[in-house]
Amino acid sequence: MTDSPQDDAIVAGTAGPAAIEALQDTEPSKPPRSRGRDVWDQFTKHKGAMFGLGFLAFITLAVLIGPYIWTVDPQKLDIRNKDMRPIYTALWDGDAKVSWAKPLGSDQLGRDNLAQMLAGGRASMAVGWAAMVLSLVIGTAIGVAAGYFKRLDGPLMRMTDLFLSLPILPLLLVAVTLFRQPLRANFGPEGGMFILIVTVIAITSWMPTARIVRGDVLAIKEREFVLAARSIGTQDGKIIRRHLLPNVLSPIMVSAALGLATAIITESALSFLGVGFPSDFPTWGKMLADAVQRMERFPERVMLPGIAISLTVLSVNYLGDGLRDALDPRIRGR
Amino acid sequence: MLTYATRRLILSIPTLLFISFVVFMLLQLAPGDPMAQVPLTVPAEVKQKMREALGLGQPPLVQYWKWLVQVFWIEPQVLFDHLFGTSFSEGKLRVISWQTRSPVMDIVVQRIPQTLWVVGVAYVVAILIALPIGIYSAYRQYSVFDQAGTFVTMIGFSIPPFFTGPLLIVIFSVQLGWFPSIYDTTHVVNDWASFKIQLQQMIMPVMVLALQITAQLSRYMRASMLDNLGQDYVRTARAKGLSEAVVVNIHVLRNSMIPVVTVIALGVPAIFGGAIITENVFKVNGIGQLLLTALFANDLPMVMTLTFIFAVLIVLFNLIADILYGVLDPRIRYD
Repeated sequence: MTDSPQDDAIVAGTAGPAAIEALQDTEPSKPPRSRGRDVWDQFTKHKGAMFGLGFLAFITLAVLIGPYIWTVDPQKLDIRNKDMRPIYTALWDGDAKVSWAKPLGSDQLGRDNLAQMLAGGRASMAVGWAAMVLSLVIGTAIGVAAGYFKRLDGPLMRMTDLFLSLPILPLLLVAVTLFRQPLRANFGPEGGMFILIVTVIAITSWMPTARIVRGDVLAIKEREFVLAARSIGTQDGKIIRRHLLPNVLSPIMVSAALGLATAIITESALSFLGVGFPSDFPTWGKMLADAVQRMERFPERVMLPGIAISLTVLSVNYLGDGLRDALDPRIRGR
Repeated sequence: MLTYATRRLILSIPTLLFISFVVFMLLQLAPGDPMAQVPLTVPAEVKQKMREALGLGQPPLVQYWKWLVQVFWIEPQVLFDHLFGTSFSEGKLRVISWQTRSPVMDIVVQRIPQTLWVVGVAYVVAILIALPIGIYSAYRQYSVFDQAGTFVTMIGFSIPPFFTGPLLIVIFSVQLGWFPSIYDTTHVVNDWASFKIQLQQMIMPVMVLALQITAQLSRYMRASMLDNLGQDYVRTARAKGLSEAVVVNIHVLRNSMIPVVTVIALGVPAIFGGAIITENVFKVNGIGQLLLTALFANDLPMVMTLTFIFAVLIVLFNLIADILYGVLDPRIRYD
């Protein structure tokens, strides 16, 4: 506090008009900072979170725009150019079978690895985002309903407890193996699988969000501004939308980040176990699973999708960490 | 506390019944047929009879009731007979696997030791690593050790086991040749040499699992320690001249362990549930692998029974975690 005018006055020790002038209210030198600005400033201080945001943006852009730049069909078989090594192998192994036409090499059927990585990333990210959004919607709806309406609290929370005591991975496997056929028949092999995996992941992962949201809603609905809103005759729906939801946004955003990470890992795990997308549809998990048999000779085919999954999940986790710090007013500003 | 425990225990019965009912009805929708493997030369009416012999062909509710009777009435009798040599269960139909046509429970009992051995050891190793890391990185918050620890736990959190597993196999089995890539469940430990082999084949699956569990536990431990280190009683303890070791290891640690112990209890069902993916990568013949093969072979009684066992364990350890919390923390009152 050494640079405030009051301190200067004391240090100078001058009495009279200077002190009175110092006591006068002056105009704020700069406009007050918005909450969003504060959050962003705190967020940029977290190096891991910035890395996470950067890498997530990079990988999202790569899988969105990449297939338009690298226009090779990921499912095209090119049996003459099978088992190519990535281009960087030439650095230490002059005899390696490499070509600029296949920068990351090709697999045992000659499919281009770069194109497969991009297409696989698209599938993984799409499943991750869709499952995360769906599970957030379910979780938030149940959490708000349980927190706001006292009658629904008991049954809804019992249901949440019930879902929490389900064995998740076995159930996921059961559901996927059971409903694969009918959904494939109705929505095509890829569309059907997408709907199935997204729904199944969302149904088994909404519970933490619902619990957090319920807790926050229970606390916020007792606050004065909600009482004020109700006293002027605001409808329940409007109170929820205008007053409650904006205030529970920060825990929702944090659980969104965690949900995205879990969804990507779960999808890859399902693909790895062979119950995911059809075999000609590349995803990171399936590329990894296919490459495991040949990993002594072609370790890069395990490494590339594995690193892609791990880095994406790592960046999302860091993003969530940074968001939690940035949105917590007790930590912010320190 | 006792009334609370009894109430929760009684409440868990309808929960489990409901879960088993939902899973059973879900499995009824399964498209598979246990007779799919039977040769086409077998006439249709014989197949129908075989189906009925497996308990199919009756309404689902009747089948569900029979399954309940088998699991809750006949299987305990079998266990009782096995323990005391009586013969209550003689001639009574147990839950039969469609794959092997032998009782499901017998297979489960055969598989449990492998899972317990590998996953249980991983859990213990993880706890032993995670707690010191969590304690020290909270005590020296923002130090190099803390930053490195946070980074490593973040990585352990983010790298899925189906990547670390093959990665370790490539490095340690293929390149270095130190450990076998496949876990041999028939290996018998009877002397020092065979014990060494057992140790070698356990290291990789245990490490893969321990990395994940360590990541979770040390984060909890660190957060819990940080919460407690800022409390007033810590300042009091320091002010009255206690040494740092006593303050941290006795005052803070004991209070920080309360939430961590419940987290550890909540993770125990996963030990029995087996790590499906890790068991699959290292070909450990455990419960998780059993569930996976049963699913692919359309062995519905096996899937049903295994899922139900997992659900029982989860419900039970949720209850234990809640009670532990109340026992360890006298501020918590359940009445």
